[in-house]
Amino acid sequence: MTILNETATRTDRWTPVCSYTDLLPERGAAVLVGTRQVAVFRTFDGALYALGNFDPFSGAYVLSRGIVGTRGGEPTVASPMHKQVFSLVTGVCVDDPGVAVPTYPIRVTDGTVEVSVV
Amino acid sequence: MKVRQRMRIVVAGHGPTAHRLIETLVERGFDGTITVFGEEPRPAYDRVALTSYLSGKSVDDLTYRVPDGVSVRTGVKVVGVDRAARTVATDAGYSEPYDVLVLATGSAPFVPPVPGRDLPGCFVYRTIDDLDAIREASRDARAGVVIGGGLLGLEAADALRGLGLETHVVEMSGWLMPRQVDEGGGSVLRNHIEALGLTVHTGAGVRSIEAGPDGRVAALVRPDGEAVDAQVVVFSAGVRPRDELARDCGLEVGERGGIVVDEGMRTSDEHIYAIGECALAAGMVYGLVAPCFAQAEVAADRILLGSAAFTGADMSTKLKLLGVEVAQFGAMSGALDVTYMDPVAGVYKRLFVSDDATTLLGGICVGDAGPYNALRPFVGRPLPGAPSDLLFAGAGTTSTDLPDDAQVCSCNNVTKGRICAAIADKGLTDVQGIKDCTRAGTTCGSCVPMLKQILVKSGVDVGKALCEHFTHSRAELFDIVSVRGITTFSQLIAEHGTGRGCDICKPVVASILASLGRGHILDGEQATLQDTNDHFLANIQKNGTYSVVPRIPGGEITPDKLIVIGEVARDFGLYTKITGGQRIDLLGARVEQLPAIWRRLVEAGFESGHAYGKALRTVKSCVGSTWCRYGVQDSVGLAIALELRYRGLRSPHKLKSAVSGCARECAEARSKDFGVIATEQGWNLYVGGNGGFKPRHADLLAADLSTDDLVRTIDRFLMFYIRTADRLQRTAAWLEGLDGGLGYLREVIMEDSLGICADLDAQMERHVATYVDEWRAAIEDPDKLRRFVSFVNAPGIPDPSISFETERDQIKPVLIPLEAVRS
Ligand SMILES: Cc1cc2nc3c(=O)[nH]c(=O)nc-3n(C[C@H](O)[C@H](O)[C@H](O)COP(=O)(O)OP(=O)(O)OC[C@H]3O[C@@H](n4cnc5c(N)ncnc54)[C@H](O)[C@@H]3O)c2cc1C
Ligand code: SF4
Ligand code: FES
Repeated sequence: MTILNETATRTDRWTPVCSYTDLLPERGAAVLVGTRQVAVFRTFDGALYALGNFDPFSGAYVLSRGIVGTRGGEPTVASPMHKQVFSLVTGVCVDDPGVAVPTYPIRVTDGTVEVSVV
Repeated sequence: MKVRQRMRIVVAGHGPTAHRLIETLVERGFDGTITVFGEEPRPAYDRVALTSYLSGKSVDDLTYRVPDGVSVRTGVKVVGVDRAARTVATDAGYSEPYDVLVLATGSAPFVPPVPGRDLPGCFVYRTIDDLDAIREASRDARAGVVIGGGLLGLEAADALRGLGLETHVVEMSGWLMPRQVDEGGGSVLRNHIEALGLTVHTGAGVRSIEAGPDGRVAALVRPDGEAVDAQVVVFSAGVRPRDELARDCGLEVGERGGIVVDEGMRTSDEHIYAIGECALAAGMVYGLVAPCFAQAEVAADRILLGSAAFTGADMSTKLKLLGVEVAQFGAMSGALDVTYMDPVAGVYKRLFVSDDATTLLGGICVGDAGPYNALRPFVGRPLPGAPSDLLFAGAGTTSTDLPDDAQVCSCNNVTKGRICAAIADKGLTDVQGIKDCTRAGTTCGSCVPMLKQILVKSGVDVGKALCEHFTHSRAELFDIVSVRGITTFSQLIAEHGTGRGCDICKPVVASILASLGRGHILDGEQATLQDTNDHFLANIQKNGTYSVVPRIPGGEITPDKLIVIGEVARDFGLYTKITGGQRIDLLGARVEQLPAIWRRLVEAGFESGHAYGKALRTVKSCVGSTWCRYGVQDSVGLAIALELRYRGLRSPHKLKSAVSGCARECAEARSKDFGVIATEQGWNLYVGGNGGFKPRHADLLAADLSTDDLVRTIDRFLMFYIRTADRLQRTAAWLEGLDGGLGYLREVIMEDSLGICADLDAQMERHVATYVDEWRAAIEDPDKLRRFVSFVNAPGIPDPSISFETERDQIKPVLIPLEAVRS
């Protein structure tokens, strides 16, 4: 088991969502965890990130469909709606730091991607 | 320089000219006192932009900043001058001593002595108060008349139209704007204005203005007895200099008004200057702001003991009135003239040249002021090209060809030499810097494109870097990718950029790779570069659903295919709408529905319409010679051929096109990136047109082409644009920014001056030969299909956040209230 990116302290309710190879490098995918929509991303170096899929600027669940890239070295996604850029690490909007989307712990267990939304 | 100590300057009038005087004095270190009296209840504001007050600008937006240390007394009128005691008397009851008095009282609208002119409902158009009153009166009015069809009259008419009134313009002379254009230009202008729904009465006077039962204006009666219904009447029949103070204190005034001044702007009393619209300088009263500013600067210089002189000014004008460009420069007559008139497109251009056809004397433009910027600096100089070429947007001339003493900004009288010097001395890098240092570009703004060109020509790097990941422009990246044979973004960014890209550079590189025919846009890594629209081969809508637009080439479709579209929309519950591009938009599809919708459409013979891509959209057409009794060529046939040839071609921005079957232009080809209009002999090709935010009529690139020549010319035009344009630059802006303009474009793609035509042709052939329908390619490839799910872990579940209600019998998205979710 490799933990690629673990940001939360209490991480005991992991939900398997897809296999690691389902995710394209530098592209996101939406997953449903309970009633929560989570956008999961795999970056170029293979790391995984999970954000809320809800775009607070447009009011649509679309962040998983944005373009993945970097801003000053930090991995980011740009909303496909009006192009605001969010940090994949912190969820903070780079263009408007007063706005942030939730981030969730994510890991890979035996080739399966797991998210924790506790 | 030594300045007289504590000199007291009094200025009568606080308009734009007074403001420029004060500003110049303060900037140049004047250390006496300045007291300004302004009759209006507010400090000076930009009168040239007055009309923008009705379209939303606030008083604050228009008001100039009063420099520190200057005392401005608003709402106080100067009522007398005691030249012996050197004091002015005010209507506030006190008087003020001066060492130097400057009269900057401007002018007042002339109201002809028409019976009824004092009725409530009659206005002039000069101050913010006037506009407030007109706005108020327009609330319950149905129709309005402007008396006077000059520059200001038409501006007032536009304002009335904007206030929702049915608007008439009455002009005494035989055509509109007689001071700026000749009869031919006037008639073209009239067509434009009538097309906007205004009624124009030329060669018409006014017998009287009649009141209704409420005592307010109800109608205007023409000399022939015909009554024009109107509740608002605006007089705009010229202005008269406000020289009453000067007359009363015995200063010399002109026969037809205006305070006489010498070339230092001094009146017949050495302690009194007069500047702006109240002054009679160099034998004339100037009614445009640029000469008034020049006078203010001369007076300031003289007060500071300089020796500047005002010896007359260029009365060139360029303006956009009711959406029509009108320009006039230099003389309005000459021994020889060249005229171009296109009544269908509403364009009229005329150049006047000396009898030996070598010297440019002046010109008039209506509908397309292109030649103005390029040619105005050449007035009185040898013509920079053949007159007929120059008429086409001043082709081939650019600011480098300009001599240093040529005036670039006429509003502020700034020469090219001064701008170049400022760029070099101060190390300026942008237009804002030029504005700050020289004032060029700060008034009407029409010289700003030239300022940009001068910057570029001076070797300034005007920030071409695409984003933080690439220091290159799009055109440079295109060359790199094409010359080095680069096939992936990763390779490009590793070798030529930094980081991992972003939403700006990735789609650009995706587009370049696609233009060069390097694979399906969803193959391998390319898929990750695409905007969501390209990624899902559909257009994202505000609730996260997508729209589907099948191609309908030329807008021609069989009944059977129409029925299929209807059935698909019905079966998938989609909203349908006919688009402006002659096709049908199906909206409200969820990601997981897309492949199934495409499958149905592809089976019925449809393919992707590329509405989602920066690519060719449609080639619109009219029915043309097959059906239309006026048609001279088969416009539908050509449109279909063009649309099929260029479908799927990726470009820096979307591309639109149209073909009209005759000069009546029903397909609106001149508002397109490339538009074709049939002639008896063949086809006229227009390029660089644009609707949208900043409309632009396309320019005629070549006339009477055979079909083969036409297609070859379009091939090269498109490929040259794709190679060299900036990111998200439509052909209109590209063409305007192209060094050498249309003339250069003709040289490159029709005369092969760069020797690249074979290359451009080959690139287009490759595009045509390798085209595949992106929808079909997606539905036939299980790997690509995998992404078309709302949730990877629950492929069967539709996105629960998407829901619809019904409006006019169709679906409409239910939006999630933003605040509620944000908290
Ligand atoms: C609607 C409109 C559009 C225009 N568009 C253009 C354009 O596109 N291009 C262009 O070049 N020009 C344009 N002009 C003309 C331009 O506005 C004038 O050339 C410019 O305002 C002249 O400035 P001025 O200061 O000399 O006179 P004014 O602007 O008339 O200012 C004089 C001021 O002095 C005050 N005053 C007069 N007598 C006294 C007194 N005795 N005591 C105290 N105060 C007094 C007046 O109330 C006024 O406020 C336009 C004008 C209007 C009305
Ligand atoms: S452009 Fe000419 S041919 Fe086409 S529909 Fe109009 S009138 Fe007919
Ligand atoms: S020409 Fe008007 S601002 Fe320069």
